[in-house]
Amino acid sequence: MAREVNQQLAREFGLSAEEYGRVLEIMGRTPSFTELGIFSVMWSEHCSYKSSRVWLKQLPTKAPWVIHGPGENAGVVDIGDGLAAVFKMESHNHPSFIEPYQGAATGVGGILRDVFTMGARPVANLNALRFGRPENPRTKRVVDGVVRGIGGYGNCVGVPTVGGEINFHRAYDGNPLVNAMTVGIASKDRIFLSAAAGIGNPVVYVGSKTGRDGIHGATMASAEFGADSEEKRPTVQVGDPFTEKLLIEACLELMATDAIVAIQDMGAAGLTSSSVEMAGKGGVGIELDIDQVPARETGMSAYEFMLSESQERMLMVLRPDREDVARAIFEKWDLDFAVIGHLTDTGRITVKHQGRIEADIPLAPLADQAPLYHRPTAETPKGEKLNPARIEDRVGLTRALQTLIACPDLCSRRWVWDQYDSSVGGQTVKRPGAADAAVVKLEGLKRAIALTTDCTPRYCAADPEAGGMQAVAEAWRNLTAVGARPLAITDNMNFGNPEKPEIMGQFAAAIRGMAAACEALDFPVVSGNVSLYNETEGRGILPTPAIGGLGVLEDAAQAVGLALPPWLDLVLLGTTKGWIGQSLWLREIAGREDGAPPPVDLAAERAVGDFVRNQILAGTVRACHDVSDGGVLVAIAEMCIASGVGARLATHPRDIPGHAFWFGEDQGRYLVAVPDGAAFIRAAEVASVPAMRIATSGGQDLTLPDGGTISVKALRDAHERFFPAWMEGG
Amino acid sequence: MKAGIVIFPGINRERDMAIALAQSSGEAPRMVWHKETDLSGLDLVVIPGGFSFGDYLRCGAMAARSPVMQAVHDHAARGGYVLGVCNGFQILVEAGLLPGALLRNASLRFLSMDCHLRVERSDTVFASRYQRNQTFRAVMAHGDGNYFADDATLDRLEGEGLVAFRYATPQGEVTPEANLNGSVRSIAGIYTPNLRVLGLMPHPEDLVDPLMGGADGKPLFDALAAA
Repeated sequence: MAREVNQQLAREFGLSAEEYGRVLEIMGRTPSFTELGIFSVMWSEHCSYKSSRVWLKQLPTKAPWVIHGPGENAGVVDIGDGLAAVFKMESHNHPSFIEPYQGAATGVGGILRDVFTMGARPVANLNALRFGRPENPRTKRVVDGVVRGIGGYGNCVGVPTVGGEINFHRAYDGNPLVNAMTVGIASKDRIFLSAAAGIGNPVVYVGSKTGRDGIHGATMASAEFGADSEEKRPTVQVGDPFTEKLLIEACLELMATDAIVAIQDMGAAGLTSSSVEMAGKGGVGIELDIDQVPARETGMSAYEFMLSESQERMLMVLRPDREDVARAIFEKWDLDFAVIGHLTDTGRITVKHQGRIEADIPLAPLADQAPLYHRPTAETPKGEKLNPARIEDRVGLTRALQTLIACPDLCSRRWVWDQYDSSVGGQTVKRPGAADAAVVKLEGLKRAIALTTDCTPRYCAADPEAGGMQAVAEAWRNLTAVGARPLAITDNMNFGNPEKPEIMGQFAAAIRGMAAACEALDFPVVSGNVSLYNETEGRGILPTPAIGGLGVLEDAAQAVGLALPPWLDLVLLGTTKGWIGQSLWLREIAGREDGAPPPVDLAAERAVGDFVRNQILAGTVRACHDVSDGGVLVAIAEMCIASGVGARLATHPRDIPGHAFWFGEDQGRYLVAVPDGAAFIRAAEVASVPAMRIATSGGQDLTLPDGGTISVKALRDAHERFFPAWMEGG
Repeated sequence: MKAGIVIFPGINRERDMAIALAQSSGEAPRMVWHKETDLSGLDLVVIPGGFSFGDYLRCGAMAARSPVMQAVHDHAARGGYVLGVCNGFQILVEAGLLPGALLRNASLRFLSMDCHLRVERSDTVFASRYQRNQTFRAVMAHGDGNYFADDATLDRLEGEGLVAFRYATPQGEVTPEANLNGSVRSIAGIYTPNLRVLGLMPHPEDLVDPLMGGADGKPLFDALAAA
C-alpha cells in the first residue's frame, strides 16, 4: 500500500507542486505516506476552503441573537425561552451522482451529526435538490435514488423531513446537487464546542467501527468529474441510520452529564479532520494510538484509518474522572467506545500504529500555512432588461397557466414528500406544501420555528449578484409569509471549478449580493458549506448559492398557510412592473432563457415583509403566499389547488401587458387572503406598502380576467401529474 | 389506566406517543427499556413506531426477541391491554401476539400521508369513543404496512370480529384506491380474541392536536385514559 512519497504521489492526492513544496518546508523532510494523506485532505478545497475563504469573510455573521456564527460545527441562534436553534446545510453532491442512494443518505447523516454534536436534538430536516433534465434517462435514476436515500435515512432516525426544493436543468445532468439541512434545539447555555482542552485528557472514539469506505472522499469532492466517475464508487460511504439514531440518543444522554470537554463528529476526512481541528482549535497537541481504533476489517494501515470516512463516528475529549460514566452510556446503546489517545502539550498530531510513529505533524502550520488563494475573477456579462411588450404572448393566460403549473420546475412535489416522514415527533404544524415555510413547534411550548430553503439558479447564472441577493431575500420572504421573524441563514455555495475566472467571478458576485441582503434584512449567515468543482467533463453547473433560512414564531397557532379559504379578498402586496426576463413564462412558454433577472429592492423588501408579518401576527390574514417562480397567476393557482377553492380574478392595470403582469417575476411581493380587502389596503397605504385587490375567493373554478375559466380540479390534476407519470409510468 | 411505553433501540415515535397519552390522561407514561422485564403496575403497554434494530432483519423480528417481550406476553395473558402502532404492530405480529404479517407496501415505496380508517366495531376499549362505521383520519408513515394473512386466518379474523380498522375513503367506502399500502381486505388494524391487544399501522398519536392538523386520533387516547 505505502508507496514512495514524491511530487507525483502528491499530485495524485490532489496537492499542487507549490502545495507539496510547502509540505516539505513544514516537515523539514519528506513526509511519510500517512502524513502526505493528512496534508492532502486537510488542504483539499473541501476542508480548507482555500479558494472561497477570502470571499466568505464578506458575509455578515453577527446579530444580537447569534450565539455562534461560522467556524463551529453548525450555527447557533437564540430563539427565546432559554433555547437555541442549531442549524447548518451541507452538500453531498459528488457522492450522490456516483451512488445516489448512499450519497444522499450519508449527506443526511453527516449534517445530523454536525447538529447533535453541539448538544442539540435534531427536530427537522430539509433538502435542496437540483437535478438534470427529466428527458435525460440518467436523471430518473438519480432522482429515485436520492429521494429513497433521504427518506431511508431521515425516516429511520426519526427526524421529520419538513421542507426543501427541487429544480431541474440540463446544467445538472452530470452533477446533481444534494444539499441537506438539519435544525436542532438545545438549551442555549448547554452548547457543546469542539476546541479540545486539558493536557492528558482522554480522546475517545464512539459510534461505528472504521472500515475502508470513503477513503479520500474529501479529495474526490474537490475535483471535477471525468467520464470515469463511475469508477469512484468505492469512495462513497455507506450509511447506517440505525447506528446514527443510537448515537444521537447516547450523545444526548452523555451531554446531560458534565463528562464532555469537547466533541466533534467525524465527517469529511474522518479521524484526520476531527482530531486536527479539535486539537488545533484548542491550541493543544494530540496523540492517537491507532491500534485502539475499533476496526471493521483487518489489515488496515494507519493511512487508511486516518482517511477513512466511515459514517456514524464521533470523537470526544472527556474529563478523565468521567470516563466510566460515558462508557456505561455507550455500552447501554451497544455502541463502540474506545479511548484512542490523549491530549499533549506538544502542539503536534502524533499517530502511532503497531509500535511505529506513522505521522508527526506540527498542528499550527498545518492550519496557518494552509493554502489560501485569491483566484482571478471575471464578471458575468449582464443580460439586458427585456421589454415585455416586445415579447409576443402567443398562447394566452389560460394555456400558459396550464403549462406552467404542470412543468417540472413548478409542478407538485407530492410524490417526493410522500416518501419522507414529515410528522414524526408530533410537532409539525405546517407540513411540506402547506405553507411557504415549514413550521415546527417546540415540544411542550407554544413557540415554533419556521424553516425554508431557497435559491433560483437561473437568476444566479444570469446575474450572480442579483441572484445571490434574491436567494437570501426569498428565504426571508418565505419565513415572513408564515408569520415568522427571520433570524439567520445557513448557506450552501455550489459552484463550478474555481480555477476558472468566470466561475470565481460568479462566486464573488453571489457573495456580494448575499451580503447586501443579509445586511439590509438583519439576516446574518451563521453556518455554511462550500462545494466547488461541480463540473463534469468541463461543463459547470448553474451557480447555486442555496440558502437555508430559520425564523421564529412566539405562538405556533399564529402561523398561516397558503391554502386559500373561500369568500375572502385576495390582496397583492408589493410593486408589480411585469419583469419577464429569466421568468419561467419566458422559458416554458416563449422558449427563451435570456434577459436580466428581476432585481431586489432591499428597502422595499423589508417594508413589505414587515407589514405582512405584523398583519399576520395581528390576526387579519387567513392565508399568505409569496409570489416567486411563475408570478402572480401561478401563485394564486397554487393557493387554490392547496384548498380546492376557486377565485375570480380582477383585471390588471392597462399599462402592463397581461402576460407580463400575471407571469412576471418582480420580487418582494406577497398574496394575502383577508376578510376585508378595502380595510387591508388602507392599512397598507398607511404603511406606504403598494397593495391592490387582485381576486375574490370562492366556488370551484379559477376565473381569469380574459374570461377563461379553469376548474381547480383540472388545475390540481395538471399540477399533480408530472412526478408520478415520470417516475412510475414506466 | 396506567400506561407504559416500551423502547427498543431504533424506536422513534415514543415522544409522539407519550404526548398523546399524557394529553388524555394527565399523567406521563412510564418509559420501559427493552431489557427490563418488569411491567407490574401497568394497565396498558404501548409499543410505538420506529425502526427497532434498524429493521435490518424483517421489521420487528429482532425486537420480538428482546427480554421485555416475555413480560409483554405475560401481561397480555393476564388480560392486560397492549397497543402496538406501526413498528409496534410489526413487533406484535413477529412476537406471535397477533396473526399475519406486514409486507412491503404494494408501491414498494415508503408512504407518508394521511389516510382514513373505518371503525369496524366500537364496543372495545380502544374504539369506544368512535362510532361503528365512522371514519377518522390518521397519519401513515411506513414502508412495510401491507397486511397479509392466509385466507383461513382472515376468515377467522372476520368471523370473530377481530378486524379493528380498515383503510377507507373519508366517506367510509372501502376501495382499492383508499387502500394505499395494498393490505389484504384493506385491514389496517386487528385485535386479539379478548379485544385487549390492538395492532395498527397508521399513527393516531400524530393527530391529537388541531394545531398539528387535526385531533381525529384523540378519542382513542381519551378512551384508554378513561378506562
